[in-house]
Amino acid sequence: MTERMGFFTDTSVCIGCKACEVACKEWNQLPDDGFVFEATSYDNTGQLGASTWRHVAFIEQTRTVRMKEDEGDSGVDRWLMSSDVCKHCTHAACLDVCPTGALFRTEFGTVVVQEDICNGCGYCVPACPFGVIDRREGDGRAWKCTMCYDRQRGGLEPACAKACPTDSIQFGPLDELRERAEDRLERLHADGRSEARLYGESPDDGVGGAGAFFLLLDEPEVYGLPPDPVVTTRDLPSMWRWAGAAALSVAGAVAVAFAGGFAGFRDGGRR
Amino acid sequence: MVPEAEFRSYYGRPVIKAPIWHEPHMPTYLYLGGLSGVSSMMAVVAGFTGHHRLARTTRVAAALGAAAGAGLLAAELGRPERFLNMLRVFKPTSPMSVGSWILAAQGGLSAVAASSELTGSLPVVGDAAVLATGVTGPLTATYTAVLVADTAVPAWHEAYRELPFLFAGSALASAGALGMLATPRAEAGPARAVAVLGAAMETVSGVVMERRLGQAAEPYRQGRAGRLMRSARALTAGGGLLAAVAGRSRTVTALSGLALTAGALCTRFGILAAGRASAADPKYTVVPQRQRLDGERPA
Amino acid sequence: MAECHPVGFQWVVEARARGAKVFHVDPRFTRTSALADRHLPIRAGSDIVLLGALINHVLANELDFREYVLAYTNAAALVSEDFRDTEDLDGLFSGFDPETRTYDPSSWSYESTGEQAPGETLEGGLHHAKAAGADRYGSGGAAAHPSPPKDPTLRHPRCVYQILRRHFARYTPELVERLCGIPPEDFAELADAITANSGRERTTAWVYSVGWTQHTVGAQYIRTAAILQLLLGNMGRPGGGILALRGHASIQGSTDIPTLFNILPGYLAMPHAHRHENLDDYLEREGGETGFWGNRRSYLVSLLKAWWGEAATEENDFCFGHLPRLTGDHGHYTTVMGQIDGTVKGYFVVGENPAVGSSGGRAQRLGLANLDWLVVRDLTLVETATFWKDGPELETGEMRTEDIATEVFFLPAASHVEKEGTFTNTQRLLQWREKALDPVGDCRSDLWFYYHLGRLLRERLTGDEIDRPLRELTWDYPEEGEHRDPSAAAVLREINGVGPDGRALSSSTQLRPDGSTACGCWIYCGVYAGEVNHAARRRPGREQTPVAPEWGWAWPANRRILYNRASADPEGRPWSERKAYVWWDAERGEWTGHDVPDFERNKPPDYVPPEGARAEAALAGTDPFIMQSDGKGWLYVPAGLADGPLPAHYEPHESPVRNPLYGRQSNPARRIYARRESPYNPPGSPRFPYVLTTYRLTEHHTAGAMSRPLAYLAELQPELFCEVSPELAAELGLVNGGWATIVTSRTVIEARVLVTGRVRPLRIQGRTVHQVGLPYHWGWGGGGLVTGDVTNDLLPLVLDPNVYIQESKAVTCDVRPGRRPRGRAALDLLEVYRHD
Repeated sequence: MTERMGFFTDTSVCIGCKACEVACKEWNQLPDDGFVFEATSYDNTGQLGASTWRHVAFIEQTRTVRMKEDEGDSGVDRWLMSSDVCKHCTHAACLDVCPTGALFRTEFGTVVVQEDICNGCGYCVPACPFGVIDRREGDGRAWKCTMCYDRQRGGLEPACAKACPTDSIQFGPLDELRERAEDRLERLHADGRSEARLYGESPDDGVGGAGAFFLLLDEPEVYGLPPDPVVTTRDLPSMWRWAGAAALSVAGAVAVAFAGGFAGFRDGGRR
Repeated sequence: MVPEAEFRSYYGRPVIKAPIWHEPHMPTYLYLGGLSGVSSMMAVVAGFTGHHRLARTTRVAAALGAAAGAGLLAAELGRPERFLNMLRVFKPTSPMSVGSWILAAQGGLSAVAASSELTGSLPVVGDAAVLATGVTGPLTATYTAVLVADTAVPAWHEAYRELPFLFAGSALASAGALGMLATPRAEAGPARAVAVLGAAMETVSGVVMERRLGQAAEPYRQGRAGRLMRSARALTAGGGLLAAVAGRSRTVTALSGLALTAGALCTRFGILAAGRASAADPKYTVVPQRQRLDGERPA
Repeated sequence: MAECHPVGFQWVVEARARGAKVFHVDPRFTRTSALADRHLPIRAGSDIVLLGALINHVLANELDFREYVLAYTNAAALVSEDFRDTEDLDGLFSGFDPETRTYDPSSWSYESTGEQAPGETLEGGLHHAKAAGADRYGSGGAAAHPSPPKDPTLRHPRCVYQILRRHFARYTPELVERLCGIPPEDFAELADAITANSGRERTTAWVYSVGWTQHTVGAQYIRTAAILQLLLGNMGRPGGGILALRGHASIQGSTDIPTLFNILPGYLAMPHAHRHENLDDYLEREGGETGFWGNRRSYLVSLLKAWWGEAATEENDFCFGHLPRLTGDHGHYTTVMGQIDGTVKGYFVVGENPAVGSSGGRAQRLGLANLDWLVVRDLTLVETATFWKDGPELETGEMRTEDIATEVFFLPAASHVEKEGTFTNTQRLLQWREKALDPVGDCRSDLWFYYHLGRLLRERLTGDEIDRPLRELTWDYPEEGEHRDPSAAAVLREINGVGPDGRALSSSTQLRPDGSTACGCWIYCGVYAGEVNHAARRRPGREQTPVAPEWGWAWPANRRILYNRASADPEGRPWSERKAYVWWDAERGEWTGHDVPDFERNKPPDYVPPEGARAEAALAGTDPFIMQSDGKGWLYVPAGLADGPLPAHYEPHESPVRNPLYGRQSNPARRIYARRESPYNPPGSPRFPYVLTTYRLTEHHTAGAMSRPLAYLAELQPELFCEVSPELAAELGLVNGGWATIVTSRTVIEARVLVTGRVRPLRIQGRTVHQVGLPYHWGWGGGGLVTGDVTNDLLPLVLDPNVYIQESKAVTCDVRPGRRPRGRAALDLLEVYRHD
């Protein structure tokens, strides 16, 4: 494997232009997701999915603003924007549970679906603790961000990072990005923006650290992100043990049933 | 009533994706897998104990259940023509991969066992196959619990201890019920016993699960999933009781068998519905995680 | 800016990262506000109050950059005794003719020195107003006396400085609160920030877009900012300036090489049929003799030589007679009225969709329906080409397809990636683009279209005298490729110009008035210097100085900051180390620095023009504003504007608020159309209680022809919506995600509702004023994947008198919950609104 590559999405400079969404769709030739007015601020995309690999969230926040005549109003004074993407987890549940090997880890440390192998079993869909990967109806296969595997192989940065005008989306070696993020966080804290925090950068979290991590200005759940995601396969050994016990109890129950210890269950003929 | 948990979300949108598996395919497969697995186990024991009619019934049930189940699984795929990609790799980290191999073995072995039984040819091979399903059968009946638990769906994942027993109980009840219905009453006694034990196991593990899960169990109690799970419990408990007292009554046996079968199906449909509901409401994802984080935080 | 210019906004983000403080003044909290340090919500249409109060703050507290103001502006100039201010005449300046609603500006001039500068009295007046005369000064200035009487102590009551003080004295923080809705403490924060960040060590920049221009006082909005920036010494210096963000790619280019009716390339005035009988007439009347504009004979003669080549000779006025002539206002909206009246028979619409994109869409479509022929060139089949079969007037029964005789020719156009050529951005930067792929099918570039149209027309010409201008036109571009595309590089070279030897010129200073040089646009001269296409240079910024002179080419002469002589003090030294940009190198006797000095290279700072000098020689070594006839930055405009030498606050034509400053509610010189097709909401009408402002979204482009057909863009903003505050929603019963009906005297439309705290009610004159926001990207067709009602149909036809831009940022409207009535019922509802 070459160096592990990643995304650092600094939402404190995101202007919500959605160039990432468009560049992603254009490069990856994704279909549209329907034309529905959602009335959720400027977000008519809603969430990541099989045909949306970058999604910009818009969160309007109100703090009571003092007006003349002593009345408060409901004016928005903070509009958070954040471009969400596949996290390319160190411990990736989608990759773990894929039965066909369609999902694999690339030489860049990213997690990618091989579209010629995926048979659309859909198991990866509920396995992802971030709700990223999805099956595309009509097509039948599971799709998600590839971190532009093809572009990376050609020595190019992913389309979203390339298109981002404010460098909210930064692409590079993960270690370097983590350092950069720490510096940025320090600077924001020094500026009095104590609400800034990193999300997904720590290798000690439930997914072993994300290959795509974020600088957020509020709790993760406000952006639709799980506050403490855990790779679902962490509990798998234990699950198998419980299932094994249950299997033994099936054998035991059947044996007991035939052993004839039960009054009234003897074969009618011999009663 | 548990007070409504305070939590924040993004326009109430789900954090995780709901399982995309469809009805009736997926829950029916869960039922058929359980039926096949326990039927195999019953066939093994019936063979040893000389319950020939029951052995025949269960051998056939095991084979048909596995075959029909595999068919439903294939139909559930987005690309059914790539069904065989399931056997492209063996991945211990993927319950579906492990399950595919289990199901393949179970399907193959039970088919051999059933054809030998029905045609009378190669009896040694048939018996050896049956014997082997004594291993694959119970696994077929219970691996599906790991399959659903190994997801980010809170109602499933949090229940990974009890679900295997719930599934095992349901499978026992399913196979017992079929055995009761399809075997002459004279030989159906062990089948009724299996059914009763299964009903009891399913009921007890269901109660334990809901108690232990707390808020995560809400989806099993509310909405469509709640209705299905309540029906399942009534049908299973009732069917189990009837099986216990059925004796030689043709009507009671039939009622019991049908109730247990319906109960098992309700359980399987209810589990899927609860999983979907639990994925659709961000509360079930966010609140426990938030509590976990806040608990870790120094005061 | 983040909304409409996200790519440019990266530099604001970067400036902020380096410590700049960013204020955002906007009626709504937008994506720009989200990244600004401070958002100041303002009532749409009240910006002159805010800017005027900042000027008052600077003047009252003497916070101006006095050395700069004295040396580089006309602050000390004395103004004619005849001048009367709006303070004296209750909202009018002297010279107003209520009959024609125009100003005679002669009383605005500087105090006479006895000899009157030529041209000075000729600027302005009726003929000037009728041809958007003020719009011609994009590069040159109106003429004013080069050296008027002055009072360097700035105490004379008639000096510009004192006139300004009196004029803006009533623009106080209290007035800002009352009219803009901005509390005094917020105003103080802004005022302190801009004054603390101006001076020797620091500069402040103002950035605006059509939120400032699309008003009946739009040009004066910019003027107010110009006064402020001159007082603070922020012009011609790095980090300063007033940055205009454009509405489209290459809008700067389309005024430089104009698509406007009233100018020729390089901001030369389009000759008038009766005022400009011959070349000398024209040159005498269009501008002063001093400053670089004094060389306009060279510019115009070179242009005529570029167009008519050998046929243009000294004897025939270089074919000046071949130029088309103005007879009055031929602007967009007046042309539409001409269509309705049947005086305009044919219409070319190129890359524009007036049926959706222009104000008062109904009038637009009535005009289109009354044409003999219509040519539409666009990327998609826009509504302007299909109005006759699917326009909204068919639904209401106002039009029937069988009654429309207009013959429509639709010609598919090539997109920007399917052709080569330059874009000129707002920094006057020409950037060459290669063709990435061939256009599909019958799609062709505009260059191809006009070249071949011209070629075909010329083939049909007879020996008739009337055909002579076309027959003698130089029309000989090399053709390339399968479709015989004319070479865009050859066109750019023609624009650059050639000398007597046929070689490309390298500077506009080489242009000659004798016909020995040819140049298609004098300000672009040098883009092809040394036979090299400098617009195509792409040296990355990291490989050169921060000024990046080798990326593209900026007019004039590749200067990146105009008037940059002002970045040095009168002696030619940088104002500070930190802000050093260009300076005088006394040893080598020349101006030097990081940029190309915008000054004659060897004119020393102590140069004093001799008596009777003309053109640039008439400007002193301390006169940085070299296009002006006096070389000064004009705090006060003695000539050239149609609606006054100073900005004054007038309410928008339609406003729920009374103007408390003057008896004049609105700009007295604004252009209105007193016609049936152009009804107005009465000011203060309770029928139309809300302020409506229109704008764009990042996700779409203008009238939507380039974004509605693209799935990736259309899905991001699929429906027309209106933005309303939670308070207004509660008051009217509007539901988030539901429908609202918006009504003006012009039309009634429907939109989905977005209830958002980003729009907030403002306290104006003691009462609550609600604002409603509407983007305007939707239409009924145009090959769009998404459709919606046409926002611009709501807007009135009322214009700024200087540049004829419509007022689309501040009008009044009513809002009702639910969907709009259909068909005839929509007209019935309008009748109720118009007459009740």
